[in-house]
Amino acid sequence: MRDKLLTATAALAGIMLVWNLKIILTVLPDEVAQGAIYRIMFFHIPGFFTAGVCYIVAMLASIYYLWKKDLRADALAMAATEVALPFAAVNLITGMIWGRIIWGIWWAWDPRLTWALISWLVYFGYLMLRKAIDDPSERANISAVANIFFFSSVAITWKAIVWWRTQHPGPVLSIRGADGKLDAGVERMIYQNWIPLLLLAIVFISIRIRQERALRELDAMRRWAHAG
Amino acid sequence: MDERNFTYMFYGFSVAWGIIALYAIGLLRRQSNINSQVESLKKMVDGKR
Repeated sequence: MRDKLLTATAALAGIMLVWNLKIILTVLPDEVAQGAIYRIMFFHIPGFFTAGVCYIVAMLASIYYLWKKDLRADALAMAATEVALPFAAVNLITGMIWGRIIWGIWWAWDPRLTWALISWLVYFGYLMLRKAIDDPSERANISAVANIFFFSSVAITWKAIVWWRTQHPGPVLSIRGADGKLDAGVERMIYQNWIPLLLLAIVFISIRIRQERALRELDAMRRWAHAG
Repeated sequence: MDERNFTYMFYGFSVAWGIIALYAIGLLRRQSNINSQVESLKKMVDGKR
């Protein structure tokens, strides 16, 4: 039943992505100043939001783990962090491609870009840290503290475009108080393309949690088999 | 400029879809790895009996 639900969710996300791509390419007109390249924003911003939601889930799961010592929360924190990374990479790389055309450069050490990269690196470090600790309880404890601490880089990334006005554009979405800066149809399309990415993230996290549980059981069975 | 603009937009879309597809493939490969580990462990346990 659960497998069918995950497959159906993934299929729905795939259909929505293809449908959205059709609208993005054939219905929405080119932007006056930027031309066709602005369409990258339909992946750049939803990629950032999806990664952000995953980082928040990982942080909340880490707090819950420290409170209840429930290893399922640790597995959720690990899965959400791992799934955040490809979406954050989509955000970073599509941003670089957009910047190459609009700014004429691939990268600028602008606070927003730099903090987004730092976030990616520290969460990658979190996953490496987990691999380096063998004892499950010790791994879960240290990882949970690290995950909560690392979330500060996500908060700084979110606020960077308000605190420091340099290369990266300031807030353009109405949810960040920038009413009218973006065409309503374009903003709607950004959220519309965020939905399938979120659905995919949910599917990926569910699969990853199940794999983690299977690995844990496998490890216990292996120990039992060797002891016997 | 317009053609280059369109080409880079295509690169952007390809990267976005490509990264997500690669991660999905990685997940599936990890799953088949876990399945084969379970199988080999089952064989080991059966062999001990």
